[in-house]
Amino acid sequence: MIGVWTVAARIRACALILCLAVAFPMATPVMAVQPDEVLDDPALEERARDLSKGLRCVVCQNESIDESNADLARELRLVVRDRLVEGDSDEQVVQYLVDRYGEFVLLKPRTDGWNIILWLAAPALFLIALGVGIFYVRSRAAATEPTEMRLSEDEEKRLNELLRES
Amino acid sequence: METQRWKTGSGTEDPADPDACDNVNRSDTRNGLAHGCAIPIVFGMVTELGHFALILAFLVAIVQSVVPMVGAHKRWPGWMAVAEPAATVQFLLTGFSFVALTYAFVTSDFSLKLVWQNSHSAKPMIYKISGVWGNHEGSMLLWVLILTLFGAMAAWFGNGLPPTLRARVLAVQSSVAVAFFAFILFTSNPFLRLAVPPFDGQDLNPLLQDPGLAFHPPFLYLGYVGLSICFSFAVAALIEGRVDAAWGRWVRPWTLAAWVFLTIGIALGSWWAYYELGWGGFWFWDPVENASFMPWLLAAALLHSAIVVEKREALKSWTILLAILAFGFSLIGTFIVRSGLLTSVHAFANDPERGVFILMIMIFFTGGALTLFAARASRMEAKGVFGVASRESALVANNILLAVSCFVVFIGTMWPVVAEMFFDTKLSVGAPFFNMAFTPFMVVLGLLLPLGSMLSWKRAKVGRAFKQLLPGFILSVLVLGLFWTVQTGNSLLGPVGMFLGTWIVSGAVLDLVNRLGQTRDWSRLFRLPRSDWGKATAHIGFGITMVGIAGLMAWEQEDIRVAQIGEPFQVGDFELELTAVNEVRGPNYFSTMGDVIVRQDGEQIAVLNPEKRNYPVAQMPTTEAAIDYRVLRDLYVVIGDEQDNGGWVMRTYIKPLANWIWAGSILMALGGTLSLSDRRYRVAAGTRRQAAEPSGVPAE
Repeated sequence: MIGVWTVAARIRACALILCLAVAFPMATPVMAVQPDEVLDDPALEERARDLSKGLRCVVCQNESIDESNADLARELRLVVRDRLVEGDSDEQVVQYLVDRYGEFVLLKPRTDGWNIILWLAAPALFLIALGVGIFYVRSRAAATEPTEMRLSEDEEKRLNELLRES
Repeated sequence: METQRWKTGSGTEDPADPDACDNVNRSDTRNGLAHGCAIPIVFGMVTELGHFALILAFLVAIVQSVVPMVGAHKRWPGWMAVAEPAATVQFLLTGFSFVALTYAFVTSDFSLKLVWQNSHSAKPMIYKISGVWGNHEGSMLLWVLILTLFGAMAAWFGNGLPPTLRARVLAVQSSVAVAFFAFILFTSNPFLRLAVPPFDGQDLNPLLQDPGLAFHPPFLYLGYVGLSICFSFAVAALIEGRVDAAWGRWVRPWTLAAWVFLTIGIALGSWWAYYELGWGGFWFWDPVENASFMPWLLAAALLHSAIVVEKREALKSWTILLAILAFGFSLIGTFIVRSGLLTSVHAFANDPERGVFILMIMIFFTGGALTLFAARASRMEAKGVFGVASRESALVANNILLAVSCFVVFIGTMWPVVAEMFFDTKLSVGAPFFNMAFTPFMVVLGLLLPLGSMLSWKRAKVGRAFKQLLPGFILSVLVLGLFWTVQTGNSLLGPVGMFLGTWIVSGAVLDLVNRLGQTRDWSRLFRLPRSDWGKATAHIGFGITMVGIAGLMAWEQEDIRVAQIGEPFQVGDFELELTAVNEVRGPNYFSTMGDVIVRQDGEQIAVLNPEKRNYPVAQMPTTEAAIDYRVLRDLYVVIGDEQDNGGWVMRTYIKPLANWIWAGSILMALGGTLSLSDRRYRVAAGTRRQAAEPSGVPAE
């Protein structure tokens, strides 16, 4: 079928696909994992799926290779499966891809270097907030209630109005 | 530029040129359209009037942001009184402008650049209308329309407010509007004309041609922008230097309304993603989803902390801060979406100039408000005194958890930018991070919720509250054990989700029952204040959503294969058979549609029609999954490409409890609405309606 395409048409189609990949990444119809990619060994296939879910389709926006139908994602899925069949461990497969595409390929950043800030910021903030919260609550518990809470004149008037209404 | 627009504007519908009229008619017949030429002489100007109305609204907004503010400061009633009519006029003008743009879309006036770019004469009417906001310029016009709507509503329902506060609220609200009117008029004008109007348009992105998505932006904006009123109230209170219980009572309905709309908007978007994108994902932690989720989390925190202000006059400065931050995050969200800083499916306008403009707006309002807060917050001394174990403390915990989880989303969304700018590394933060970093806070929130909402105000006994919750707790533990033993595999997610869901739902039910008092007089149930019902309903909704998310994520089954026509195959308990694949023609697309018969225990339970569509004008394919919706599971079928050696790629998913996610969201929104309709807000809002129901159990 491709044979009947002119070169120009093919280039146009490629350009279109590229545009779509950039503008509407997660929106392209998803045909992600194709039947011919699936490994015969279900255990290996499951590992491949799990790994794919954590690997970014590097030409897409915020999409894992498991979800993407970009050509590159398919290639990466096949690479992952090839490595697994070769007997690589999960870590080795991931490292293999990081060596080629950088940490950009990981959807879950590692916990080393500066990334430690990303991982620890929220727990740290939580502890601080908890501390402040406890301090605040205790100070409220220790405080004394104002002896009298008077209504202002306006409020008094409004209250009377409301009481009359009901 | 102005003159040019006027000249070109008359291109198709020049009243002085009868030939132009003929041209229009001819081209219209060619398109199979039936609008004549007699009307456009008058209505062709609608666009220009709309443009003019927008400029007028901008000017009114400037007046409204200055005059009442000065009036409130100097105590000049006349100046303060400007605010209310100005807010109404501003809204009406913006509304007219929006209607004018809608009219251009509905009549397919391709002399408007925006219409040409985003519409097509063959597009179904509903998507012609939704096309108005399916693009950058139009969606900003909707944004500002809703902003002025809330401004006008604050003016209409603000009779009960002290006049100075009311004037200030409306002035602050209007100053936000000024910034966004300027943004639209100077960088994103929807009313630009084309010199030579083309015969037909370029169509709307087909993915957006969907009922779920048609109404997603309006709801989302009602929520996002609704928070602007809370912001205006917060800033006005800071200027006023006074926050009391009444302030909490005024702010809370607006927060509730915004939160309800935001809930519906997010749920619609998530539902759309679920059935449209083809693999049944419902949440992607995409930057733009996060942009709407952050204000949602903060609005949830705000509507809880405002209760404390209202009932106990505590947490005042924190509540003010939350109100500022909640709208601040709406602005950040608008910035993220509109600047294309974090590109994603939603960013149809990646324009640095626009991005910088919105960034300036964001810095001005958030920064300004926070500076004001820093200067004035210390004046808001708390009055209420409460024990460590009390409803107040529980709500403090609620706020900590919601605010920190919002921060998780924030740092995860921004981290790639930060890493690239400061550490020169390109990296990604995706779903695996968020699932891991966000979930723990939600689990803790879920654990504390029933207990916290059972505690009494001021001083509570935790033991007593827990005793009341004991039946619910036992039930939840039983559920946990049941799912733990029954499920295959040993994922923690499923059983824990079921436990939390049961715990929250039963806790909310027991809370209602507990409100009946010792006598268990069931007739009192219907005399409880609506806010009690609202609270229970919303909490039950939260629990149900949790159950849905956990169930779907833990127990989904997937099947990928090449299906041959007439050869049944088994997925889980279901037998599927692809019986035929047909080519079908839609109004503006071609479709490849499969007929799939689903059988369970030998009986046919459904016929599904998954589609692969191609939109020739937009040159874009989409998938339309076919879903058999049931209470306990969805069966989700997608058809793919035809194989060279016969057969079609088919994917089948069994998605347990998928509907619960959105059912829960609907309940949350319903709960918010019930709470909103509580008598005390109707009275407080100044509507002079006589309350018909007998005053039953007093509100807490």
